[in-house]
Amino acid sequence: MHLAYPAVLAALLFCVGLYGVLARRNAILVLMSLELMLNAVNLNLVAFDVWLRDALHAGQALTLFTIAVAAAEIGIGLAIVLMVYRNRGTADVDRLRDTAEAPRGTDEKAEAAA
Amino acid sequence: MNLAAQAAQTAQSPGFLSPSGVEVAFLLVGLVTLGAAVVSVTTKQLVHAALWLVVALGGLAVEYLLLTAEFIAWVQVLIYVGSVVVLLLFGLMLTKAPIGRSPDADSANRPVALAVATAAAAALVWVVADAFRTTWIELDGPARGTTGVTGEILFRHWVLPFEALSVLLLAALVGAIVLSRKKPEGERD
Repeated sequence: MHLAYPAVLAALLFCVGLYGVLARRNAILVLMSLELMLNAVNLNLVAFDVWLRDALHAGQALTLFTIAVAAAEIGIGLAIVLMVYRNRGTADVDRLRDTAEAPRGTDEKAEAAA
Repeated sequence: MNLAAQAAQTAQSPGFLSPSGVEVAFLLVGLVTLGAAVVSVTTKQLVHAALWLVVALGGLAVEYLLLTAEFIAWVQVLIYVGSVVVLLLFGLMLTKAPIGRSPDADSANRPVALAVATAAAAALVWVVADAFRTTWIELDGPARGTTGVTGEILFRHWVLPFEALSVLLLAALVGAIVLSRKKPEGERD
């Protein structure tokens, strides 16, 4: 099999995940897109492991480690999202703007609204 | 690599115009996977996004099988399709995600995201296709990723990272419990 097939598929999946991370508003959908990006990396690792015929099987071992780290990440990420939802009543990432710098000239308006 | 060796490699590696059966299968499953991924990041129905993610992750498991990485394929089915998607569905449920279409699923910077993703895809695909145009994976011979082989290398060469990973998982478990525990009355964080 040409290495180009898995490599191109992985690149495209990564970019689909990138689009999802940037475009989605709900934090859980952002986490889903993140999973897509991690899976694209896994596909790359497996394909290169099969191509290089590494004696240590580094690609497959690293894929297993990535899967485990991704599982830990999704657990912690969901716990954080649930805590934010409990405290704020929303899981929309673009409404969590506490640390955002207010645009020039809107400081008074923001303070009046608060 | 000098030119003669490159020419020899080009001559011996099969072309794209006569794909083998594995390549055709890989291509078809890859199209399904990519389509499911695209629907998953663009659909307006939040629960459907999680269910399309199942299709994409299952398609990736089939791709691992086609690349002779059996153990990883089954781990993928077990962990991603089995538990990560269930976790995500629980997360959607607990944050009271709307069941029907939600028009505000995409944020306002969607055009920027589309531009960035398209540019990244174009650059990556161009570079990758140019670099690996003539590289050939030999899938014949002993399978690379049977459970026996993977177990042997994992517990012979990768024991220490493996154990460190179990500590990481334990820490993540404790962290998730601490984060999602209800605070007693009067105690604010």
